[in-house]
Amino acid sequence: MTGSILFMLIIVLGGIAWFFGRVKASRFSADNKKRRAVHSLPNYHGWYVALWTIGPALLFLMIWNTASPALITDAALTSPAAEQLPQDPFARGAILAEARSIASGQQVQAFNPLSQSMVEPYRTAISYYRTLGMVAALLLVFACGAFGWLRLKPELRARTKIERATMVLLLFASLIATITTIGIFVSLIFESARFFSMVSPIDFLFGTEWNPKAVAGPRGETGFGAIPLFWGTVFIGAIIAMIVAIPLGLMSAIYLTQYAPPNFRAWMKPILEVLAGVPTVVYGYFAALTVAPALRDFAVSIGISGASSESALAAGVVMGIMIIPFVSSMADDSIAAVPSAMRDGSLAMGATKSETIKKVLIPAALPGVVGGVLLAVSRAIGETMIVVMAAGLAANMTANPFSSVTTVTTQIVKLLTGDQEFDSPKTLAAFALGLVLFIVTLLLNLIALRVVKKYREAYE
Amino acid sequence: MTTRNVDVFYGEKQAIKDVSIDVTMDNVTAFIGPSGCGKSTFLRCLNRMNDTIPIARVTGDITLEGEDIYAPKMDVVQLRARVGMVFQKPNPFPKSIYDNIAYGPRIHGLASSKDELDNIVETSLQRAGLWGEVQDRLQDSGTALSGGQQQRLCIARAIAVDPEVILMDEPCSALDPIATAKIEELIHELRGKYAIVIVTHNMQQAARVSQRTAFFHLGTLVEYGVTSDIFTNPTEEKTRDYITGRYG
Repeated sequence: MTGSILFMLIIVLGGIAWFFGRVKASRFSADNKKRRAVHSLPNYHGWYVALWTIGPALLFLMIWNTASPALITDAALTSPAAEQLPQDPFARGAILAEARSIASGQQVQAFNPLSQSMVEPYRTAISYYRTLGMVAALLLVFACGAFGWLRLKPELRARTKIERATMVLLLFASLIATITTIGIFVSLIFESARFFSMVSPIDFLFGTEWNPKAVAGPRGETGFGAIPLFWGTVFIGAIIAMIVAIPLGLMSAIYLTQYAPPNFRAWMKPILEVLAGVPTVVYGYFAALTVAPALRDFAVSIGISGASSESALAAGVVMGIMIIPFVSSMADDSIAAVPSAMRDGSLAMGATKSETIKKVLIPAALPGVVGGVLLAVSRAIGETMIVVMAAGLAANMTANPFSSVTTVTTQIVKLLTGDQEFDSPKTLAAFALGLVLFIVTLLLNLIALRVVKKYREAYE
Repeated sequence: MTTRNVDVFYGEKQAIKDVSIDVTMDNVTAFIGPSGCGKSTFLRCLNRMNDTIPIARVTGDITLEGEDIYAPKMDVVQLRARVGMVFQKPNPFPKSIYDNIAYGPRIHGLASSKDELDNIVETSLQRAGLWGEVQDRLQDSGTALSGGQQQRLCIARAIAVDPEVILMDEPCSALDPIATAKIEELIHELRGKYAIVIVTHNMQQAARVSQRTAFFHLGTLVEYGVTSDIFTNPTEEKTRDYITGRYG
């Protein structure tokens, strides 16, 4: 019997428990003619028994599955075959891992003859612990199910208890996202710490030469100065993209909220929002194959030196276009949230529509717009596909938009694709870059959300 | 201002039927009537604020000093500078008190220097009876004032562009009795300098502040005349029923 069959069996038993709980509870109301003598509906009693049946067993299996591999290894090591194993922890670990995957059927042939000798002890240990776990789980199912069933009484507050169980379930669901975020952050910190033990943080954060290929001397690791990457990221994501996205997004929001006839708006708004749903890879093609060559030819024709077919401008412009819907929908919301009394007041003073927009609506909506722009910036600097395809890999520190620059995300992709060793600073640098990016976008998001929230309160 | 045979439609629905009223320039005119009778809708025709509602359609003649305000050559921006408006809920802009008042003069280019603008702001606030309360804090936000002060700020803002007519759409309905008394006092003082048209639910208020009263019912003008006549000796039975509180 495998794990998934056991799981389904438990669920089925839970269903049966639900049914019997319900039947038992229906009898209460049949026996008790007095109003409100039975606290909860039969359905809740059913769920109560079902939860007692399933919950403890599943919880046990979860813990068992995490704990048993260590127990299995310990058991296998007590066998006589284990005495020939080498003492070196690396070699020992590799042999054990191989033996284990053969024993569990993931691998057919042993590479190391020593592993073959360990397969049998492993197989015994695995089947022993698996059987033990299953028996324990099934015992739990019946014991706890019976306990729940016996507790069913007319005055049992099953409804309240199910309410609490629902709350716990929802809490659990929301914790998963939070814990994942924390987990990502912790793992980034962990790997970055390893990187910073090899490369000084000051060299990394303030160095201006990025060339991680350089195999350096014993302690003088060089080529990890990330300033050119930070500059490239800011140049593309926060400068060029925003020069494109802020005016276009804001103006389209103004047109759509203030001028557009309703049926035009009904068409236009979804089309604009589709822009946000286009896969970034597609933007990447567009930037690399259409925009970048056109910009290069243009630059060459007007005689700009250093024009490259992978330019900051191409990536930035396309990214700006991608960001337009973010800016425009935030601006749209905040302009629409300005009370119409404000607009009427201005129009009644004899202001034209554009004067009203410029002097009353935009100032009043500004915090919301700023919040939207900050969210857009944080999205833009974390964007990967467009810059990988269109911005290039050369870590130049240049303000010439026609030349090639590289960004943090591009370099992370470059460092982590292909073969790599996880103890070299070259690979670990990717985590340090990721950490910086993570912190920056987190801060931007926090500030943006705070600004937007404060602004919402101002009109409520 | 004169209006002749004015009809207003919201889509298919007719909101105002055949209303003709002359608003005299040296009087306060009150529009009274039960909720939904069209008095605010009619008021908003007088400075074409109904233009902001796409489905609204106005027919008939409305003239200001002989000019048809719905004529194609009439500039709505100019019209609204001549016919100012105060709304039901005070709606100061989220700017300083000074900038709230200076808003109109600035967009219409009424002041050629900073001194002149200061002067307009001071005069408008004085006329609105607010100068004494705010002269030391002109740079504070207009939204930080109390409700009654905000409404007087809005009146001052309307006065600042030197209009001929001021329309007030239930200007006291969001205010407490003391603030209401101040606004009524202000209306008395402004009478004669500007033609004032006020929509109100409060019949005592209409009796106190106005010289002429129009009674609206279901989109039609039932009776229009001297305020004291309307309240003491109405000719229409509907008016009498409304005034004596039989309905509405």
